[in-house]
Amino acid sequence: MTALPLWFALVPAALIGVGLYGIVVHPQPLRKLVSFNVVGSGAFLLFGAVARRGAAVPLNGDPVPQALLITGIVVAFCASALAVMLILQLHDRSGDTSLEPAGEA
Amino acid sequence: MIDALNAGIALLLLALGAYAVMAKDVFAALVGYIAYGLLLTLAWMQLRGPDVALTEAAIGGGLTGAMLIAAATRLRDRDAAARAPMPGIGARVLAATLSAVVASAVAWSVASLPEPAATLAPQTLAAMPALEVGNPVTAVLLGFRALDTLLEAIVVVLALIGVWSLAPDKAWGGRLGRLQHAQPDGMLAYAARILAPIGIVIGMYIFWIGADLPGGKFQGATLLAAMWLLVWMAGLTDAPAVDRRWLRAMLVAGPLAFVAIGVFGAVQAGAFLAYPAGLAKPLIIVIEIALMPTLTLVLALVLVGPPLREPER
Amino acid sequence: MAADALLPAVVMVPFGGALIAFALGGRWTRLTAYATIATGTAIAACIARASLADGQTLVYHVGGWHPPLGLALTANALAAAMIAGVAVVVCGIAVFAHRDFGQPHAVREARAPLVFWPLLLAVWGALDLAFVSNDLFTLYVALELLTFGGVPLVCLDGRAETLRAALRYALFALTGSILYLAGCVMLYGAYGTLDITLLGARVRPGVVAWTATTMMTAGLLAKTALFPLHLWLPPAHAGAPAAASAALSALVIKGSWFVVVRVWYDAMASAVTFASAQVLAALGAAAIVFASVTALRQPRLKLLVAYSTLAQIGYLFLMFPLAFDATGSAIMHGAALQGGVLQALSHATAKAAMFMAAGLVYAALGHDRIADLGGVARAMPVTTATFALSGIALMGVLPSGAYVAKKLMLDAADASGQWWWGVVLKGGAAFTAGYVIHVLYRALRPNTNVSVAPVPRASELAALGLAIASFLLAFAGTTAIGTFDLGGTLVAVGGGALLAIFVASKGSRVPGVALCGDLDRALRRWTPASLFLLLLATAFGVALKAGH
Repeated sequence: MTALPLWFALVPAALIGVGLYGIVVHPQPLRKLVSFNVVGSGAFLLFGAVARRGAAVPLNGDPVPQALLITGIVVAFCASALAVMLILQLHDRSGDTSLEPAGEA
Repeated sequence: MIDALNAGIALLLLALGAYAVMAKDVFAALVGYIAYGLLLTLAWMQLRGPDVALTEAAIGGGLTGAMLIAAATRLRDRDAAARAPMPGIGARVLAATLSAVVASAVAWSVASLPEPAATLAPQTLAAMPALEVGNPVTAVLLGFRALDTLLEAIVVVLALIGVWSLAPDKAWGGRLGRLQHAQPDGMLAYAARILAPIGIVIGMYIFWIGADLPGGKFQGATLLAAMWLLVWMAGLTDAPAVDRRWLRAMLVAGPLAFVAIGVFGAVQAGAFLAYPAGLAKPLIIVIEIALMPTLTLVLALVLVGPPLREPER
Repeated sequence: MAADALLPAVVMVPFGGALIAFALGGRWTRLTAYATIATGTAIAACIARASLADGQTLVYHVGGWHPPLGLALTANALAAAMIAGVAVVVCGIAVFAHRDFGQPHAVREARAPLVFWPLLLAVWGALDLAFVSNDLFTLYVALELLTFGGVPLVCLDGRAETLRAALRYALFALTGSILYLAGCVMLYGAYGTLDITLLGARVRPGVVAWTATTMMTAGLLAKTALFPLHLWLPPAHAGAPAAASAALSALVIKGSWFVVVRVWYDAMASAVTFASAQVLAALGAAAIVFASVTALRQPRLKLLVAYSTLAQIGYLFLMFPLAFDATGSAIMHGAALQGGVLQALSHATAKAAMFMAAGLVYAALGHDRIADLGGVARAMPVTTATFALSGIALMGVLPSGAYVAKKLMLDAADASGQWWWGVVLKGGAAFTAGYVIHVLYRALRPNTNVSVAPVPRASELAALGLAIASFLLAFAGTTAIGTFDLGGTLVAVGGGALLAIFVASKGSRVPGVALCGDLDRALRRWTPASLFLLLLATAFGVALKAGH
């Protein structure tokens, strides 16, 4: 088992925190989506660090998390795509992508 | 020495990620995000995950970044939300504090992970010979956890259906997205003509070797999709119409073929998605070939968007 | 065992049908959907018979691989009950939506009918996957399938407001998903598996278990819209077409709730504490009170029904502390769990019926303003009866699924000495009765001038059928129904009438009600709601640590 370089464990945790801050604070949905992607990549990096810890000769890492990560990255991309298309259609139909209900913002 | 490299990459990642989240201007943030995506690939190589590095570079950095920049460009002029004020200082301090608490909890958990590390690598190695593939990640994706991959194929088609559902009613039956214009002699058209054939070959290669070396259908399909998008953005081709039968058939053929092979496994080998002895590698290759068109089409068309033009009659 | 092989089938048939319905397009979409629903319901019935009647727990190892490397599908009696109940609701929605989502004659293929049926089938398949999967990552994929199926249902009519509601739902739900996934990452890192049974054996209280549980729970609560994380639900469920609202309220929400149950009762059973369960139920109780009062202040019927969903979601979380034994040390599979599952099924059937009734009223009158509902009872007796029956079913006073569920949970409250939740359970009926009486009073008012457009008889009967099914659930459990509780009924109806009078009519002058209204407006803004999400994540973590 390989000793984990702590950098790839603590920094992803910090990225999760930074991304969560962005999700809460930005009024613009597109910025929230970028922050969501930052959180996602932080969580994925954590999983990658877990995979690296699980290395067993001759493998350099535990393949199960790596496989799950590939699935996760594709699913997260599809989610982002759906959200982006929603944002663009909302913009086309109302000129305002803000999440607050109209008339209450 | 290597640890200094890791530290450098990690800290730069944090700086770029923070910039992508907190920059004032959305385009600056997106440029930061794309740089972040590129650096992530390097981080993944340091973590010895080449399959994930390929997927992250292609999908996480490449396609996501392109999609976000295209969206930001469309929104630039009129979006009222861009002019909305940020929450007050109290809310922002609270958000920062709570985010820091969550991040610390995660960091503390990771620091508390038990040694020796819990891992499934030995079990994977022990069970892999039955599947006759050389790439352990492929063995997990299409062997031990094939159900997850099948469901993922369904997820991507469902996402495309969701994107298409956003079309205006009068545009149903029309071609997807908007017609792209580019200078016929310009740089974009030139790049599309030169790069696309090369990219297609590389994409097919990455797909093919995925059974035994890092690579596979996700990474290969992303490359093919990206090449098609390049050609589309250059105006050299147009997206299909939403009601084309061949399009629908190719989209569902992948997951349905996967299900059919699963049922075949249930009949011949006793369990859904089991492989009869000796047929594992051929069946895995068939599944990968069947899923390629589906994945390529979804990854490309989900960026093109819903049908926005009226049907041509 | 032949019945075990039904488990992958019950997941794959809806998805296969969704793909084929989408590919064939045009007139074939609805037809394929009906064929799929018939097949899937038959499979669900077989699973129910094998599990409920014969009492076996079905287990299936996909591909022949065993956990921790492979994936297992399991179905005990409760999962089988959920599968069967959801199948009944899907049948009802399919009949109800027959005319609204049939292809129009003029064109070969229209958008909404093509998209609705595959989405409905995908939601069904994802729910079945959530009920049978024994792996936390597969459950993550199931949750994403539910979100991808539910979000387009919200904005199916294409108006800007529904697009906005769908975007809010999508972003909040995705935030929840990524929190859930982060929890899974930590669990794998510590225990080397994501199989629920194996985790149940390996998990020990500690930082990793607490952080994982708290992040997963917070994320799942965001997807289930438990107070105060409910910002996305009222506009999303109220803005969708009636059949879609029924699917969203009755079905989609149950998926993330069921995953919470699996995480707390099975995977993290050694780590969850009495204190943290009290936090969950406190949120549930707050949801019941807050959402019922806010429902009474709504001018529109569909919004009232949406807030009613929020209140009923609160009930689904009362079961957690009640599952602890008398010493509060271990969570058990007992009366509280059965009561919770029965409550979920009662809510699914009754709420689908209620949304269908509201949709029929809207289609008939052209509006759904509660103040102008006069004359509806005379003009649409079946629909009014449906609304009344589903409301009474939800109140849980007459023998119905909710009544038996409440009895089971009251038994658990007595057994563990948590009398305060008994009070909430008994008092909650009054809150439910409040908004039901409020609507029925308006609908029963005579008005000879009301003009009513005709609605499909099949849709009315489908709605009525689901409302009656909610009553028939009373016979689903093995608990004896017991004597009719006159006292409880009087309290509920009387309390409800009082609430209806004071809150609906004079509400703005009552200080508590005004507070609820302000709270609702505040919590439905993104910043406060997302702050609460992070706050809850922290609160659960503290409650989990404090309990040890």
